[in-house]
Amino acid sequence: MAETVTLFAITPETRNPGIALDLDAIASVRVNRAAVDRRIASLAGRRTVKKAWQAAWLLKAVSCLDLTTLSGDDTPGRVRRLCAKARQPLRSELKDQLGITDLPLTVGAVCVYHDMVETAVTALEGSGIPVAAVSTGFPAGLSPFNLRLAEIEASVAAGAQEIDIVISRRHVLTEDWPALYEEVKAFRQACGPAHIKAILATGELGSLKKVGQASLVAMMAGADFIKTSTGMESVNATLPVSLTMVRAIRSYYEATGVRIGFKPAGGISTAKDALAYLILMKEELGRAWLDPHLFRFGASRLLADIERQLSHHATGRYARGDHNPLG
Amino acid sequence: MPAATIIPWGNMASIPDILDTMDYGPAPEDASFAYEWLEGHGGGFGHFINGRFTKLGKTLFESRNPANGKRLANLTQATKADVNKAVKAAGEAQAAWAALPGHERAKHLYALARIVQKESRFLAVLDTLDNGKPIRETRDIDIHFTHHAGWAQIMASALQGAEPLGVCGQIIPWNFPLLMLAWKVAPALAAGNTVVLKPAEYTSLSALYFAQLAQEVGLPKGVLNILTGDGTVGEMIVNHPGIDKIAFTGSTEVGKRIAAATAGSGKKLGLELGGKSPYIVFDDADLDSTVEGLIDAIFFNQGEVCCAGSRLLVQEGVAGTLSQKLKTRLNSFRIGDPLDKCIDMGALADPVQVERVKSLITASSQEGAEAWQPDISVPEQGCYIAPTLLENVGQSNIAVREEVFGPVLTIQTFRTLNEAATLANNTRYGLAASIWSENIGRCLDMAGRIKAGVIWINTANQFDAAVGFGGYKESGFGREGGLEGLRAYVKEPWPWTGPAQVAKPKSRETSPPSIDQTPKNYIGGKQARPDGGRTRAVLSAGEEIIGRVGDGNRKDIRNAVEAALKAQPGWAAMTGHSKAQILYYLAENLSQRASDFETRLEALTGSGSATAEVSLSIARLFSAAAWADKFDGAVHSPPKQNITLAVNEPQGVLGLVCPDDAPLLSFVTMTAAAIAAGNTVVTMPSERYPLLATDMIQVLETSDVPAGVLNIVTGETAALTKTLAEHDAIDGLWLHADKDTCRLAEQAGAMNVKRMWCSHGQALDWADPIFDGDALLRLGSEVKNIWLPYGE
Repeated sequence: MAETVTLFAITPETRNPGIALDLDAIASVRVNRAAVDRRIASLAGRRTVKKAWQAAWLLKAVSCLDLTTLSGDDTPGRVRRLCAKARQPLRSELKDQLGITDLPLTVGAVCVYHDMVETAVTALEGSGIPVAAVSTGFPAGLSPFNLRLAEIEASVAAGAQEIDIVISRRHVLTEDWPALYEEVKAFRQACGPAHIKAILATGELGSLKKVGQASLVAMMAGADFIKTSTGMESVNATLPVSLTMVRAIRSYYEATGVRIGFKPAGGISTAKDALAYLILMKEELGRAWLDPHLFRFGASRLLADIERQLSHHATGRYARGDHNPLG
Repeated sequence: MPAATIIPWGNMASIPDILDTMDYGPAPEDASFAYEWLEGHGGGFGHFINGRFTKLGKTLFESRNPANGKRLANLTQATKADVNKAVKAAGEAQAAWAALPGHERAKHLYALARIVQKESRFLAVLDTLDNGKPIRETRDIDIHFTHHAGWAQIMASALQGAEPLGVCGQIIPWNFPLLMLAWKVAPALAAGNTVVLKPAEYTSLSALYFAQLAQEVGLPKGVLNILTGDGTVGEMIVNHPGIDKIAFTGSTEVGKRIAAATAGSGKKLGLELGGKSPYIVFDDADLDSTVEGLIDAIFFNQGEVCCAGSRLLVQEGVAGTLSQKLKTRLNSFRIGDPLDKCIDMGALADPVQVERVKSLITASSQEGAEAWQPDISVPEQGCYIAPTLLENVGQSNIAVREEVFGPVLTIQTFRTLNEAATLANNTRYGLAASIWSENIGRCLDMAGRIKAGVIWINTANQFDAAVGFGGYKESGFGREGGLEGLRAYVKEPWPWTGPAQVAKPKSRETSPPSIDQTPKNYIGGKQARPDGGRTRAVLSAGEEIIGRVGDGNRKDIRNAVEAALKAQPGWAAMTGHSKAQILYYLAENLSQRASDFETRLEALTGSGSATAEVSLSIARLFSAAAWADKFDGAVHSPPKQNITLAVNEPQGVLGLVCPDDAPLLSFVTMTAAAIAAGNTVVTMPSERYPLLATDMIQVLETSDVPAGVLNIVTGETAALTKTLAEHDAIDGLWLHADKDTCRLAEQAGAMNVKRMWCSHGQALDWADPIFDGDALLRLGSEVKNIWLPYGE
């Protein structure tokens, strides 16, 4: 069975070359908050997965996870432990019980600050798991512009294959779309071969319309992924914000034929949350977006709850917390 | 029939397979407890009469699960004796129920709310089994009982002096079995009425279970009675003399039959009928949300919704984009077992309905529509139909005109707001409308122009117990929910004084030549000779001819209605202040000529109270003027991010037929209130004393009343009333006439679902202060609820 499953390998996707800034398209963005909320509320009653399907969808969530540590007290030891978890997110006994002993299951990436990139790259060697670095003065993005570019270049040089940049929120709040476009474009150039995830910090943008507009600008400027949040804002990933962003992804795809990835981050901590996001992706964008090259969760606590649920599915019993290995 | 045998789930796909396909898999709701309940009743049910379940009857019919065609239970077809028993039980229970303090009725309704809430899952499963609707869609029933427990509690102060009607016959449809029961039963009981309810024959199970719950929580016997059976049972209820009100939700065709059947009976009527509601999308709408709104509007409950947004009107510039987005969405639409929690749409309620929908799709295609259905899997067994779009349809296409009551959407384009409004209103129905635009000015402008009882701005199919629901035109009349819905279950406050004195017309066709001026009709602001060129003599109290008036005919009525229709939008849109000014000015000019009118009144009626009647008439004009800028609506705050504007709207064009009693005062009272509410009117003055109204023409002409707002046609009451009642463009008829004339008018008015207010030969005390209140303005208006969800 395992040989036929190709989904955990990163499918080569045409990278987003970006397009010229289209101010008309940005001006025409409309997002009705109440209707977006209603769609989210109703989706929960329209789609659900149970039993084996739920287990499979949770495994999918694991494969799309950017296992993250972004703490001031990160050490090489802590990062190495996280990388070990990334290689083997589930204990083998649980995999056996689920009947997926041979399934090559890893998380989508490990996400760290620049100083931990090298450690992580070394720890993940041979696993195929990319290292993502948060960058550009994360989380506020207010360090000198040249240093932000230099930070990207340093992380890429250290082996990061993915760079999570933060945008200047002021460009969105003042609707200075050309400035936002040029900023993301410059970041993209600095990334070189590394994939760029543009963090919009949607909790600070003030309206869903601006979220939709900023999403479009980031994609026009060449972002490979758009990402909701740093995890450090007071409001991080939410389903309504995500719906707005994935609809922007859809409209960019319809206009250019290029698929952009989506990464909700911050506050997603339960298996139930994870399923809601996967369902949203499938409903709004389709099956193609349910693989790690187009979808990631930015989360630090999610994996533990997913393991708990999978353990229940496999045994029919509720496990003690310390039966499941820590990350 | 154990649940396991009908549920084909159980085959487990392997996890790696699922990881490849990322399919959803089955997510069944457990229905075994519902089957256990059905089996516990031996698979059969009698009626619920006087607090007890009757035995299984002699004539049975089957309730089937439309998802698989299997029988759920045998139900009893009610006989005439059953109906008699139920009405008798309700009648006997009513006085004691009404006599309970409001708090006691509130406690009973609260108990119903709580038990319905506790048993909501059971009730939802029953409705899903019986009706085919997705399991997720059966909820929020208890809020109607909670809301009305509140009305019972505060009614004595909120509706002072209001009295219940008595026994209410309630006939409900199959599309929302328990919800419709709640909409009907809760307000009826809150107001102190008792109920005989007939659920639809396809979907009676939740009503029977509800009866069991009512029994469990100690609802007094006889307060709620439930009879099962087909339309003939409904007919027996409608025709039963012990019934004081009929509340019906269902098809326009049956609604008309009920209105005709109750003509002349004095039974109060509430009709919530069909619809062909527009879903209007402007080019500045959030199109992605608009698509989901459409899913809620037309595919909710398989499209079996009276207020379904079944006509998509989209601004031409975004029509292609929207159509594409909609088709993309429908290609991931899921149809399947209604008990599955992972579907968009379940089964239609009955094979008959499937056939009807299919034949309408075929007929529409034959008339030139391009039908489109998504490439998705549709179960082969059971009552399933794929969502269907009909493009390239003109206004005359059958699917644009007829209510389909299925998952079928017509798509048309418009260029301007004006054109959208015209297309939206080009239907015999007027129930609901959705308007999508990010420009609130545009939305509210449009909301005012559409003749529909419910307007959803940037949303669809939202309901709340506190927000009235109901239609215009052939979508019926009356409102359910909120205060306006409660009023439908209390007696109207009119001061009837007993049988009107039969005033034989004292005019003669062949009388000597006129000895006075010959007043004409007053149509469109001009004095118009009667079309037939004939006049009627008017006799004084002393039986002498003191004048002549036009003998109007049907063409005069036609002309008057045309004038009133033309004047309607402008008058309705005029500010309350401007209307008030005109009414005050009328009063001013009438007072200047008070002595002329007193003289005329005395000469015609021999009345000694002419001075009082004239001065009261002037005061009435003041009252109407006073209300004109104060007859305001309400603002509701339903759940989520919503406010709802409950706007008092004029009904449109009213026909007013005045009595002979207090001929000046009754004429002034009715016309002033009707136009103060924003209606335009065609008034027939008292047949015997028409000169008082025709004398008013000069007053009208000097008072800046816009042309066509108030039209006067004199003539023979019975003949002209028939024309008024039959006229489709007259929205309401206030008829003060003898019993026969009223009954015939109600029969005629039934055919166009006219709002009727008939005296049935009774006289009113026109001097009663009730007429200085807003009662007549309410009679001449309807509440339009405009839903405004908000949020950044």
